[in-house]
Amino acid sequence: MAIKERMSGNEAVAHAIKQINPDVMPAFPITPSTEIPQFVSTMIANGEIDTEFIPVESEHSSMSAAIGASAAGARTLTATSSCGLALMWEVLYVAASNRLPIMMEVVNRALSGPININAEHSDSMGARDSGWIQIYAENNQEVYDNTLQAYRIAEHRSVKLPVMICQDGFITSHAVENITLLEDEPVKKFVGSYEPEHYLLKEDEAMAVGPYAISGYCMEAKRAQAQAMINAKEVILQVAKEFEELSGRSYGFFEEYCLEDAEYAIVAIGSVCGTIKETIDKLRAKGCRVGLLKVRVFRPFPGEEMAAALKNCKAIAIMDRCEGYNATGGPLGAELTAALYRTKATAETVNIIYGLSGRDVKVSDVEEVYEKLERLAQGDNCFGEYPYIGLRSNN
Amino acid sequence: MANIPILGLEAIIEPSEPAQGGGMEKSMEQKNTFNFREIQEREERLAPGHRMCAGCGGTIAVRNVLKALHPGDKAVIGNATGCLEVSSFMYPYTAYEDSYIHNVFENAGATLSGVETAYKALKKKGKIKEDYKFITFGGDGGTYDIGLQSLSGAMERGHDMVYVCYDNGAYMNTGVQRSSATPMYADTTTTPTGKVSDGKPQTRKDLAAIIAAHNIPYVAQTTFIGNMKDLYVKAEKAIYTPGAAFLNIMAPCPRGWKYDAPDIIEICKLAVETCYWPLFEIVDGKWILSYKPKNKLPLEDFLRKQGRFKHLFKPGNEHLLEAFQNEVDKRWEELLFRCGE
Amino acid sequence: MALKAELINEKTSWQDLTEGLQIHEPATSKLFETGEWRTSTPVWEKEKCKQCLLCVPYCPDTCILVTEGKRDDFDYAHCKGCGICVKACPFGAITMKEGE
Repeated sequence: MAIKERMSGNEAVAHAIKQINPDVMPAFPITPSTEIPQFVSTMIANGEIDTEFIPVESEHSSMSAAIGASAAGARTLTATSSCGLALMWEVLYVAASNRLPIMMEVVNRALSGPININAEHSDSMGARDSGWIQIYAENNQEVYDNTLQAYRIAEHRSVKLPVMICQDGFITSHAVENITLLEDEPVKKFVGSYEPEHYLLKEDEAMAVGPYAISGYCMEAKRAQAQAMINAKEVILQVAKEFEELSGRSYGFFEEYCLEDAEYAIVAIGSVCGTIKETIDKLRAKGCRVGLLKVRVFRPFPGEEMAAALKNCKAIAIMDRCEGYNATGGPLGAELTAALYRTKATAETVNIIYGLSGRDVKVSDVEEVYEKLERLAQGDNCFGEYPYIGLRSNN
Repeated sequence: MANIPILGLEAIIEPSEPAQGGGMEKSMEQKNTFNFREIQEREERLAPGHRMCAGCGGTIAVRNVLKALHPGDKAVIGNATGCLEVSSFMYPYTAYEDSYIHNVFENAGATLSGVETAYKALKKKGKIKEDYKFITFGGDGGTYDIGLQSLSGAMERGHDMVYVCYDNGAYMNTGVQRSSATPMYADTTTTPTGKVSDGKPQTRKDLAAIIAAHNIPYVAQTTFIGNMKDLYVKAEKAIYTPGAAFLNIMAPCPRGWKYDAPDIIEICKLAVETCYWPLFEIVDGKWILSYKPKNKLPLEDFLRKQGRFKHLFKPGNEHLLEAFQNEVDKRWEELLFRCGE
Repeated sequence: MALKAELINEKTSWQDLTEGLQIHEPATSKLFETGEWRTSTPVWEKEKCKQCLLCVPYCPDTCILVTEGKRDDFDYAHCKGCGICVKACPFGAITMKEGE
């Protein structure tokens, strides 16, 4: 039985956590993820969950304690944003290399300089090479659903990697929208319990984690870790299929919205996709063949699959909600363009930067992108080098 | 076994009253339960084959702290990056009989907090049947400096664990750079003596006092003296006192301190007899002196044995020796006052 | 397939390394013979030894084991020859000899 509710993204995450009832949560507050540890603490205080909360003294310690707890055999999660994620950067790599299935709720917020609390993907994108699985959400429904699927992916015996569940700060984390929740029992059954094969507290077995390794071992160790990320692709789809049987909602690496016969497509991540869908509905009514590829899984990067989905397009705008300062665009732009090249795609592409520090994107902005894509497909370099949406500039 | 000379210790070291934190293990409720032979007969928890330097003081600290665990008791050992870690868990060789976790340099406190909390959570759910102790080791680098925040958090939250600092007075693993635990005037690679330098200008940080200010049940300072009674008794108390405990163990480093490895025993003895490294405990906030030398030796005797202080004996540097002696005296007097001596 | 520590070396393929470079066996360091480092060697003179066991805790390399209340001979496979035991012994029952 589905339960209809109205919740913010953070509340939805907290509800999912309640249903999962994990063992340990170390966390440190940072806007806009702070509500998550607050909700969890309240649930604990009222005896609603058995989770042990560790009020650590910094995010570096959140992830450090999470590594300790997960290695010890506990189902562990934490939550953070922005600089908090940046502060734990060093240990993110260790969580992945130690093959620990930790879940982290990332409420995406701009990294500092200047300090800003609004939505941007620079935080999780900055950690894209740390070995974590990264799954993004368009809205509260998706972040709830992704959270429920996370441990099933992370704990799978052919994966055993930590996973980031991302949502846009304030836009989805704080805005209240309709949501369909699952009942507790089916969720409990779906998520199951964590039964690691090896853990520090295992009876009759000593385990040592976190070695120093001479160079003769490291390359092989990293290749083995890379294999886990490769294996994750299949597992993500398997888990999504099972989740669909449970919820009726289907998930994959990405969502294709009016993409099949689209000539002009936008590729983007997160809440902006809601605005893009709105724009597509408007333009389709006028007969324009426009579409959207909404990326859900960024790591492992489903480049081949995205390129296949975009193969009929004449022009593609790849939109990044962060700067990479590589003088050509953002990370999604860079990785997807490489994937398109591999498949010898002939579409024109442009990398666009939008929404930095929560800057709003309007339907009219998206309309302009599609209109320019049509011109780009005809050889008109109307976008320029790489454009920003909504930037005030003298020229 | 009568009349074994305990390497010249003058005053008797008595174990103090157990911490009032509640629930002390039976054996510690009786005084004079220290049984040296029985401890030596216990199974070794630190195996040979690790890559520490020949004569490493840090290893002696770890080996003997782990021996303070009661036979058959289970433990999870944590470790900050440093000499000990890179040498005792070099893939695929672990020197530990127990479960062990190393994370990064500055998070030994937080990492073991996570392990201890997982233990609590899983025990509550009936998933873990046995009892475990949690002991994490860090050098002075990973403890006094980069690891201080993580240590402070772990102590403040009162996790049931022991943090043991093997204090060798510098960042030894990276080649002897100064730490806040390095004694004044020590020659290190970042405080080298030179034409306009006398070595480290600052005095040492008093970490035991800092940790005591976290209001934890047990803090102690010790080193290798005689039959190690001081170390064993304190390690046992630290491990078996419920709540957070901290041990600061002076662990000389033959390379960084520049002495011949076999001289370690004498160096530790001189450190204590000159009051450079006093032995004390802080039990439920009460400062208790473990040992008061009948004849306090001049600091020079301790310094003379180490190459890192040889510049202090050059003619014209007497004022440096005097300043250092005054510093040690000042701290000793402060300690005596705190301990009500 | 992950191998046991004694079979792992710098020729091991990536598929045969342990997962996450974890080790699930205790004290595998015993496999590594640090005794090869020695340039001088402690010799135990049994007749002089009073079995006080004071040398035992001072060995950084756990090379003096105790069986039924008495110390064994040195574990020469691992002894690094640091010489601390010589100074720990109050009865002069240990001497250092040059060479391995």
